[in-house]
Amino acid sequence: MRALDRKLLRDLRELRGMVLAIALVQIGGIATFVMSLSTYDSLLLTQQDYYREQRFADVFAILKRAPGQVEERIRDIPGVDRVQTRVVAAARVTVPDFPEPATATLVSIPDAGPILLNGLHLRRGRLPEPYRDDEVVVDDTFATAHGLQPGDRLTATIHGRRDRLTIVGIALSPEYIYPIAPGAVFPDPERYAILWMGRNALAAAYDMEGAFNSVTLQLMPGSSSAEVIQRLDRILDRYGGLGAYDRKDQLSHRFLSEELRGLQTMAAVFPVIFLGVAAFLLNVVITRLVDTQRNQIAIMKAFGYSNLAVGRHYAMLVLLIVLLGLAGGIAAGIWLGKGLSAVYTDFYHFPFLNYVLETPVIIGATLVSVVAGLAGTAYAVLRAVRLPPAEAMRPEPPAVYRPILIERLGLQRLFSQPTRMILRHIERRPLKSLLTVAGIAASCGITMVSNFQEDAIIHMIDVQYAMSERQDLTVTFTEPASGSSLFSLGGLPGVEHVEGIRRVPARLRFEHRSYRGSLQGLEPAGQLRRILGADLQRVELPPVGVVLTDYLAELLAIEPGDLLTVEVLEGNRPVLQVPVAGLSSEYLGVSVYMQRAALNRLMQEGDVVSGAYLDVDSKYSERIYREIDEMPRVAGTIVRESAIRSFHQTMQETILFFSFVTALLGGIIAFGVVYNSARIALSERDRELASLRVLGFTRGEVAWILLGELGLAALAALPIGFLFGLELCRYLSNAFRSDLYRVPLVVQPGTYAFAAAVIIGSALVSGVLLWRKLQQLDLIGVLKTRE
Amino acid sequence: MSQAVNSAGTASESVFHIQGLTKVYHMGEVEVHALRGVDLDLYAGELMVLLGPSGSGKSTLLNILGGLDTASEGEVRYRDQDLTRADERTLTEYRRYHVGFVFQFYNLMPSLTARENVAAVTEIARAPMTPEEALALVHLQDRMDHFPAQLSGGEQQRVAIARAIAKNPAVLLCDEPTGALDSKTGVLVLEALERANRELGTTTALITHNAGIAAMADRVVQIMDGRISSVVHNEQRLPARELVW
Repeated sequence: MRALDRKLLRDLRELRGMVLAIALVQIGGIATFVMSLSTYDSLLLTQQDYYREQRFADVFAILKRAPGQVEERIRDIPGVDRVQTRVVAAARVTVPDFPEPATATLVSIPDAGPILLNGLHLRRGRLPEPYRDDEVVVDDTFATAHGLQPGDRLTATIHGRRDRLTIVGIALSPEYIYPIAPGAVFPDPERYAILWMGRNALAAAYDMEGAFNSVTLQLMPGSSSAEVIQRLDRILDRYGGLGAYDRKDQLSHRFLSEELRGLQTMAAVFPVIFLGVAAFLLNVVITRLVDTQRNQIAIMKAFGYSNLAVGRHYAMLVLLIVLLGLAGGIAAGIWLGKGLSAVYTDFYHFPFLNYVLETPVIIGATLVSVVAGLAGTAYAVLRAVRLPPAEAMRPEPPAVYRPILIERLGLQRLFSQPTRMILRHIERRPLKSLLTVAGIAASCGITMVSNFQEDAIIHMIDVQYAMSERQDLTVTFTEPASGSSLFSLGGLPGVEHVEGIRRVPARLRFEHRSYRGSLQGLEPAGQLRRILGADLQRVELPPVGVVLTDYLAELLAIEPGDLLTVEVLEGNRPVLQVPVAGLSSEYLGVSVYMQRAALNRLMQEGDVVSGAYLDVDSKYSERIYREIDEMPRVAGTIVRESAIRSFHQTMQETILFFSFVTALLGGIIAFGVVYNSARIALSERDRELASLRVLGFTRGEVAWILLGELGLAALAALPIGFLFGLELCRYLSNAFRSDLYRVPLVVQPGTYAFAAAVIIGSALVSGVLLWRKLQQLDLIGVLKTRE
Repeated sequence: MSQAVNSAGTASESVFHIQGLTKVYHMGEVEVHALRGVDLDLYAGELMVLLGPSGSGKSTLLNILGGLDTASEGEVRYRDQDLTRADERTLTEYRRYHVGFVFQFYNLMPSLTARENVAAVTEIARAPMTPEEALALVHLQDRMDHFPAQLSGGEQQRVAIARAIAKNPAVLLCDEPTGALDSKTGVLVLEALERANRELGTTTALITHNAGIAAMADRVVQIMDGRISSVVHNEQRLPARELVW
């Protein structure tokens, strides 16, 4: 090994504290980068493999009822490769020892021949025997939630008829990786099941013999799904088609896509912050190193090392530190990526996980960190290159200090001598002081993000359930029913209040933009279901016209006063023009609201409801569940309390993982910046401080000069960090907007407090480490050595 | 090329030819006239002592001779090479292959051992001796694997001399090599320089403000306020070990 390389390694060891702090920050950046992108790649690959393995359909359509021979016409649509018609039914299920109502979606599987599309990945057991009407396969989430095994039994009420079914298999399906009950907002594995049953048996139970009400298609490669959808819609229109849709609009697929988009955002935002901070720290450390090694640089040059060789020497040092961070970051990224992928695999019920770390990710991480490191230190390295040897041989001229603003204003008597030294030091190098503050502020911001996610979700649930959906129970009917059915619900003992709801599936259109959704007719002055505006104040439903979710209005580019075209996908399928009267603001889903009476009038149907909201006395809950379960026309019931509870359970794991990671990363940055700044400050000023000690300054006074500046920087960084954090949260909140959900920008005081605590804690730890260094300051030794 | 006679009585060629050398540099907000028109020749194999008080310009002269600094005006030639008009690359090569430096504060790399400090130079030289040979010349063969912090001042300076002579340079430029040492240790260091000059024939220029050292030189050049005030030829060089100050 060459002598200069040895020097490099020994310098590195000498700087190990600072090198470690920098490497940690880099590890943070690279780890987030590798974690997000490798998880992204892994999820994508797993998704693709899973979809291919189970032949996940390209196009989906739901309709009221079509005779079996229509399948032929669908198969003839150009571009269609395979067609699988199905019977899909809503049911209520009862599991032994579980008193609350649960609903199920029953999906038919062919009795003869294989499942052509949306295959099942059997975890345990087998598929039902052909033509058996008492065997079902249950989805793994529901089975796990209730501890169900093949051989166990459950009761399903289909079309008002109660059947006892035996579980023969437990399976996963790509169609239901994120199973949400119709009308529900969150997955609820305890209260929503997917059951697969033989086609004949299900058709018999659901009055669908020789007919189907669901179609899934696989397209030939290269064919246009838009065209197929258009033709399919034309065929299914007269059979009560609710509008066919592409795979990209399939609900489970949508949620996973949003998640993947989130990972990309994360990979783009966080590493930039981390590597920016790391580049700054590298710059500070290398600049100082070049200063302290002025003499050595002069010697190298005096003995004939070229400027290039000197530059390469310091650039190598930077690269070594970067490589350290890179190696650590990739390792940590793989570890976190595997962890996160496992969380997602669980969350999205993938039967397997293909964890991959693609070469481009590694190359990307390497390029980004090397470029950031070299760019950050280019100026310092260049200074070493340009340093004229004769000048480098002389000691550095004293730093230029000037009276600071406070002194020019004549306010110096307000500050002690040490404090004035601090202020002058800050003012002498405003850029460095500013960057220190910026680095600490960045860590403050990142720490805030972790708590912001929690704040936002708590707020979403609060608004959704405490302000907007205040009903205890939501009952959905199998078919639209007369408004008088509300009386039978209201008559149940313990039911305190009932409000009807009319839900009409529709395609919403404005100019060339359209959205497949529904119209919701609500009671105008409803106590239970309320529509809220942007200020969270109640929005009154007008007698004429509709109120739109603001995000839907954005999607359709429609404004109050415009006419919304509503293509109803039910009954006589009228096409209506309704004025937009106002906008509502909600965080989950998008909808169009109007007064129920007005909707009934538009539909020319009289007093009709699709379901009801109930306010019940909790003492009677179980009895009410039982009574409702007896009602044949009830398709399902959602219990608010349990929905909230289950949501918390579902989210906890993911949120905890992210909170842990981001808080850790925030702390690392804060510590890295504060500790390194402090070490550099000590190295720059040890002679000065030792001189002060010799002149009789106390250890405390000397520490104040050194640490006061950092304390000041940390304090100054807090408000800036709060602002930065808020903006970062705003950015993320905007980046995650979709019609599925919008994350509100809600940052609670506790979040600010936590971020401040992380910063102050890191500053204190650095302070203690530095205080110990100060104790060891060798007064005589420092003064003896030549600068 | 001018000729001169050295103490050995043989005619030798001029290694450095300096004419009208002027150097002005800026230190902070102050303009310093370090050299104001110096004319001087340095001859092969010669040991020359540059004597002058601090601030007289002798270090500036040495730096320019060593290719560490460039002149503001005038001419400096090393053999047939014009150092005044040389570019950075030429100066680097000149330093790499022709010059050895010894400084007042040794300027060793603290993170390298004695052997490695010498190796740092021999690794890039053309026909160097081994670090071990160089260190043996200054009697440090037993301290080769010590770090600078583990060596006394005199030992560190001898490592610095070993480093300077290891590449077999044509010229050895020493800036106050004994300035930080007591006289006894200083003599040891000077002996090492004397030995390099005698045994390797290295042309040596030695800066000092210590007149006691002048007796070991072939020629003593006195500098005051950036100008040469006197040049004295010593008829007889005094061996370094007999020097006292």
